[in-house]
Amino acid sequence: MTTPPPPQHVPQHVPSQQAPPQQAPGQQPFPPQAPPQVPGQRQQEWQGQAPAGGSSLPMVRTHLGHALVSEWTKIRTVRSTVWTLALTVLLTVGIGLIFAAALSTDDYVGMPLLAGGFFGLMFGQLCVISLGVLVITSEYGTGMIRTTLTASPRRSRVLVAKALVFFALSFTVTLASTGLTALIHSSMLSDQTVPAYEYDNPDMEGSIENGEIVATTGHWVDATLGASLYVALLGLLALAVGTLLRHSAGAISTMLGVVLVPLIAALFMAGESLRDLRDALIEYSPLNGLASMFRIPMVGEPGSGWTMLGLLAGVTAAATIAALARLTTTDV
Amino acid sequence: MIEATGLTKSYGSKTAVYNLNFRVQPGKVTGFLGPNGAGKSTTMRMILGLDAPTNGSVTIGGHQYHQLPNAPRLVGALLDANAKHGGRSARAHLLCLAQLSGIPARRVDEVLDVVGLTQVARKRSKGFSLGMGQRLGIAAALLGDPQVLLFDEPVNGLDPEGIRWVRELMRRLASEGRTVFVSSHLMSEMAQTADHLIVIGRGQLMADLPVRAFIEQNSTGFARVRTPDGDEAGREKLVRALAEAGGQVLAEPEGTLKVTGVELPRISELAHAADVRLWELSPHHASLEEAYMRMTQGAVDYRSSDDQRSGLQAPPQQVPGGWQQPAGPQGGYAPPPLGGYGAPPPAHAAPPHPPHASHQAAAPYRPEDAR
Repeated sequence: MTTPPPPQHVPQHVPSQQAPPQQAPGQQPFPPQAPPQVPGQRQQEWQGQAPAGGSSLPMVRTHLGHALVSEWTKIRTVRSTVWTLALTVLLTVGIGLIFAAALSTDDYVGMPLLAGGFFGLMFGQLCVISLGVLVITSEYGTGMIRTTLTASPRRSRVLVAKALVFFALSFTVTLASTGLTALIHSSMLSDQTVPAYEYDNPDMEGSIENGEIVATTGHWVDATLGASLYVALLGLLALAVGTLLRHSAGAISTMLGVVLVPLIAALFMAGESLRDLRDALIEYSPLNGLASMFRIPMVGEPGSGWTMLGLLAGVTAAATIAALARLTTTDV
Repeated sequence: MIEATGLTKSYGSKTAVYNLNFRVQPGKVTGFLGPNGAGKSTTMRMILGLDAPTNGSVTIGGHQYHQLPNAPRLVGALLDANAKHGGRSARAHLLCLAQLSGIPARRVDEVLDVVGLTQVARKRSKGFSLGMGQRLGIAAALLGDPQVLLFDEPVNGLDPEGIRWVRELMRRLASEGRTVFVSSHLMSEMAQTADHLIVIGRGQLMADLPVRAFIEQNSTGFARVRTPDGDEAGREKLVRALAEAGGQVLAEPEGTLKVTGVELPRISELAHAADVRLWELSPHHASLEEAYMRMTQGAVDYRSSDDQRSGLQAPPQQVPGGWQQPAGPQGGYAPPPLGGYGAPPPAHAAPPHPPHASHQAAAPYRPEDAR
């Protein structure tokens, strides 16, 4: 198993090759290693217990970069990633395409040009949420988390790497889906003539040019970049919830509750006395935030999508801090 | 070197590990022995920083695990063969672990070869047998070519060839100057593999000694005596005579007697004096497994009992089996006591009965108590 030491291997400690020769106790116990690219020059810094054999493997001080590469390997080598992300694309683009095909006439469809992308993404986001949960809970479910945390005792580094890799991947996939959907909608629905009574509709502000429906640059950014950020952040929140609950089904149910329950609860709140509560529930429900990005809010201003995004980012940050605290302080 | 100092772990009111002090030396295979639930895995998890000790500490080479700058390059561990994502291939599983500590991908192929999984490297590990899973776990432990290796029950599920391979691997790793710490609940396995033993029961240290010393101290001999079948009176008489001569007698289920404390010639003389014929008088050695079970008797959490079958069947015939203490007035056949037989525990062993286990039958059984 262990190969004999290469000829240039120096078994003794050579201070000139090492940065700090000796450190006070309590400081970092191991000095940084010589350039890891040179196998054989590695110094065995193991309390004088260097074996006769020695190893030609590089001894590097690990950092976040290692964890990022590792998490990327992890996320691309399980089928749940492929399934959930493929379904995200399929639902978002597929429903968007069906929607556009069904409404593709010269008649006015009653909403801004890119708004139809919302309906597909509403379903697609559920897949992103599931993946966000599974990225961490599958490790708890299988016991892989113990292997991972043994290999990387800096637990926060593992979670940060997971979060970054997942966020980047889900954002990229969602952006591709929403971008494609927006292109489909602008090419298939841009011939509509807007009736005069809609000219004063605040929701249609900026959408009408010379009586025809158009999408401004701002609309494009909202419906692609903004919506994708929103969904990727929801996924990140799901990852944090998964870390807190350590259970796939529990975490996915919780996230579905967060996304859907405010709207469903508001549906059944009849009567004047509950009106304020009902409106607040609808306005701050995650689905309304996403709808605002597409300029079809159920309650509130059409441009309120980015405010809702900021709110979601705050909630996600708080949940992630709680998740970090739980991961680093409790036994696994 | 692994060093535990006052290591304690409590879960609520239950103490899993209590005040463990031991050192695991490099260049040896150290066996970590104890019954199920004795706290072996908990101790291993604390060594690896997965569980935080309630009290005390454990260090590797003088450092706590989480302080190590690149843990897998210094410490390799097999905790649980199932601690992997079944949907990932063997190679991808090892690759993500290698990348976590900057180990090049070629090392992954090396360890796959070492454990003999090269042919199934690209298969999803979900379909692996328990033995293949163990091999994959061992491969993960070897990835960083570490100086310290921990294996929790590594031979579970392996076939005889695999067991021999693991045994040789551990011996080789130790001969290279590495620290090898292997847990097991099988004494026989450890007797063949380990140089040193650390025995725990109910979370407490029971023995910390070289395997050779354990064998010498615990393989005390006994004599097996068989009286003619059906001669109950003669047997009673012999038991009484042996007890009076200072011997300890255990009636075995087959009707034979297991005698310690009396030399073979003396047994023959006693039988002759009592006018009892003997069909068998043979010298025996207690197995290490028995010695180990004696040591941990008071510390077994999960003990099976005979299935009484709630009167569904005719009650089984009372099997005579019990201790005859030297002072005992007659051959009282009673259930075997706990911790009353054989050689005293090694002098440097911890007291075998932890405080929270005091409800366990600790004192040797005396026939008077049964009345």
